[in-house]
Amino acid sequence: MRVTILAPEVVGLTPGEYEDICRRLGRDPSPLELHLFGVMWSEHCGYKHSKLALRALPSDGPHLLAGPGENAGVMDIGSGWAVAFKMESHNHPSAIDPYNGAATGVGGIIRDVLSMGARPIALLDSLRFGGFDDPKVRRLASSVVAGIAGYGNCIGVPTVGGEILVEARYRGNPLVNVACLGLVRAEQLARACAAGPGNLVMYAGARTGRDGIGGAAFASEELDERSEREDRSSVQIGDPFTGKLLIEATLEALATGGVVALQDMGAAGLTCATSEMAARGGVGMAITLDLVPLRESGMRADEILRSESQERMLLIVRPHEAERIAAVYRRWGLNAAVIGTITAEPELRITHQGTTVAALPPAVLAEAPAYQPAASEPLRLWDQWTLNALPDEADPAQALLALLASPDIASKRPVYEQYDHSVQVRTVMPPGAADAAVLRVHELAPKGLALTVDGSGRLCALDPRRGARLAVAECAANLACVGAAPLGLTDCLNFGNPDDPEVFWTFRQAVAGIADACRAMGIPVVGGNVSFYNESAGGPVPPTPIIAMVGLVDDVSRAPTMAFRADANIVILVGDPAADLAASSYLEVVHGLTRGRPRDVDFDAHQRVLSLIRESIRRGILRSAHDCSEGGVAVAVAECAIAGGVGAAVVLPGGSRRDTALFGEAPSRVMVSLAEDSAAQFFAMAAEWDVPLTVLGRTGGDRLEISVADGPDRRPILNLMLAELAAAYQSLSEVFA
Amino acid sequence: MRLGVVVFPGSNCDRDCVHVLRHVLGRDVVELWHGDPAIEGVDAVVLPGGFAYGDYLRAGAVAATSPIMPAVRAFAASGGPVLGICNGFQVLLEAGMLPGAMLRNHVLKFQCKPVHIRVESTRTPFTHGLREGQVLRMPIAHGEGNYFAPDPLLATIQESEQVAFRYCDAHGRVVSEANPNGSLNNIAGVCSPQGNVLGLMPHPERASEEVLGSTDGRMLFESLVAWLESRRAVVVG
Repeated sequence: MRVTILAPEVVGLTPGEYEDICRRLGRDPSPLELHLFGVMWSEHCGYKHSKLALRALPSDGPHLLAGPGENAGVMDIGSGWAVAFKMESHNHPSAIDPYNGAATGVGGIIRDVLSMGARPIALLDSLRFGGFDDPKVRRLASSVVAGIAGYGNCIGVPTVGGEILVEARYRGNPLVNVACLGLVRAEQLARACAAGPGNLVMYAGARTGRDGIGGAAFASEELDERSEREDRSSVQIGDPFTGKLLIEATLEALATGGVVALQDMGAAGLTCATSEMAARGGVGMAITLDLVPLRESGMRADEILRSESQERMLLIVRPHEAERIAAVYRRWGLNAAVIGTITAEPELRITHQGTTVAALPPAVLAEAPAYQPAASEPLRLWDQWTLNALPDEADPAQALLALLASPDIASKRPVYEQYDHSVQVRTVMPPGAADAAVLRVHELAPKGLALTVDGSGRLCALDPRRGARLAVAECAANLACVGAAPLGLTDCLNFGNPDDPEVFWTFRQAVAGIADACRAMGIPVVGGNVSFYNESAGGPVPPTPIIAMVGLVDDVSRAPTMAFRADANIVILVGDPAADLAASSYLEVVHGLTRGRPRDVDFDAHQRVLSLIRESIRRGILRSAHDCSEGGVAVAVAECAIAGGVGAAVVLPGGSRRDTALFGEAPSRVMVSLAEDSAAQFFAMAAEWDVPLTVLGRTGGDRLEISVADGPDRRPILNLMLAELAAAYQSLSEVFA
Repeated sequence: MRLGVVVFPGSNCDRDCVHVLRHVLGRDVVELWHGDPAIEGVDAVVLPGGFAYGDYLRAGAVAATSPIMPAVRAFAASGGPVLGICNGFQVLLEAGMLPGAMLRNHVLKFQCKPVHIRVESTRTPFTHGLREGQVLRMPIAHGEGNYFAPDPLLATIQESEQVAFRYCDAHGRVVSEANPNGSLNNIAGVCSPQGNVLGLMPHPERASEEVLGSTDGRMLFESLVAWLESRRAVVVG
């Protein structure tokens, strides 16, 4: 007899998926089992719509120790040390409860890195909001920043970098992507692969409560007007103090050698941790829910299994070490309880109050179906737009000030001053100082690590494949500007509803773009996250793949900042100076236009530029280096001048239009400054790498003077006091006051 | 010579202090667990920064009552040098080992940035190697660093030279623009009447190595080491 007490739709599954479950089990699932499928086969946990497409991403490389499928990617950095790196989204929780949503996003990614046995040493965050002229958006943005600060500062992991971009289409669905980097001895790398029948399953950390129940399923739906009222119980509440204790206790527990495997209990909580770890190891688990430390009495089995209470880990431990490991957690004031055992037969058997409430192969739960959704190219992304219809810029000085004051470009100081970015005494290059954060690794001195995060919804909305290629290319350029060579990247792919063929087409294009760039530059994708259903009443968010990249610096003391350092240094634009205004920040900020097709990356030229920059930093030639991206040469030179408090007089190569010369954008261009006596050496190196150089002028004074070459003459275009530029650049002080 | 660093649950600068004292200064360092009611065999105690016990109540309020604190108090009473950095300073205030209290930063937000402080008193073991008026650069990172003391107490503190540091600009001028958190009279650090207990909000351990941009903070630790060595010389001699 077939009795369906619960309709599959109630747990977010389709009738087809229900049939699939019945086929795979050879029977109907019990109501509780159906709940487990609801969370494990949610898009958030199951990657149903994305996992086939993600196969296109290259994920191997000489430094890779653990790749996609693990809790975090791990790369060898030499001398027996490795780094773990991962990024995840916490968009939906942050839309409903910005403080707790962002805070638990930080906590979750920290535990992913901890699950690899690594000590978390740095955080990055990439945020997208609607326009700051809307008070509701300001409140949301301030709360997200406060949430990141509240959690990250207390847990003692420095937030060393990030980005914030603003666009109307993120208004109802902000993006909060957080990346974490951890450091681990390569031989102490931990895994999440359960093994050894007879070994014990240990629960450690905070107690389980009724918060965040079904959070993974909630993350896999579109937001609507009632979400803010009704989905609040799906948002977890973070406790960074307990998170901090969990880090110390878990690293100490791992050092005992008695831990076989571990995983954090994040999305889908105990259900995910048990089924995934058992499935990876091809073993079973017998779990007694009555042994789980609970925060409140009377919790039902499905609530215990699906709770997403924070700061919890699941460990597989050797029986004779169990008491010792539990004692470590108790010493740190945390709960530790053996809740089950590993069994040879691959069955996840869960009992509660003397009754077996679920008994099924863990792999069936852990392996959600894979779909190949329909994809269709939108009719028009970019068009045959040309600049001709637009008059040349009449007031270049005002345009530059407007760009510097625009939220995407303006200084993020009022934000990053709220984050502890110097705890752990590793931060050589704090946020805002250079294109990438630089951490020293005293275990490997003078070596260090560089970190950056980048992505552009505007470029991807116009051409997702190029936009993704550009994001990867820009990350590599950011790293090169501090002298770092890329080790690997992790991505967070934020898109709308994948059942919309146009959304899915842009998703596939973005994945292809990341793959192109990774292959061309030999950078592996070590892990990542997909966030679909980023839609609200205002429609889907722009396609937003975010890339976080980590690189290795040979000698951190040589890393330059972006700041002009002294008077009379030579200012040089490295790379092909050609640029245009299609898809540019200038068009958007000054003319309110998002038009044109972004310029593509020539990876051969790009690699030569980056090699030249890295090598000249290694030889100590550059006084400053800054990737020339949003806002073109004018914004780049202004940023270097503001950062250093040193002015400059530059002459840009001539062209038919001033706006293009000033604000045109193109990849593979870097603004550097160097002392006169190193110029000859730099020119010789550029010739060797076949990289074009354009000498723009010299540093000095307290003004920025820009002219355009006009045959042998020069036409002055703008002349502004540094103080005026700096005032415009600080426009966000008011937003985040 | 052995230096002790207290580890409260939620301390997050304990490892940084240990690193600097052990690897930069090359000293023997022990971690002192908050649950131990005794501290033995140490010549100085550091209370590090962080969020002891989460600081969900007033910063430092719970830590001030932890099992190790009576021993820290006794150590201080016997003249032993005690340094509270950031959260450690807050703990010393809450424990009544230093005068005054902390309010939330006047900007109502956590602030992390480099600041300048001026040495106001060289009578502590941590500042006796410095010059009065000397300007040091080191980072702050706190949400509750707005130092307050009511009127008669403030006058006493100032008259008895218990103000150890004030926030200042790069030229050593004590001006309101250089005050990052609203502290009364720009006070960044205070010491006990005897001078052996010092608390300050900035982080000297984050400014102890060239590669991190400043070594000014190291001078506090070097001053302590020199003070301890000179005292030992007196005892031995």
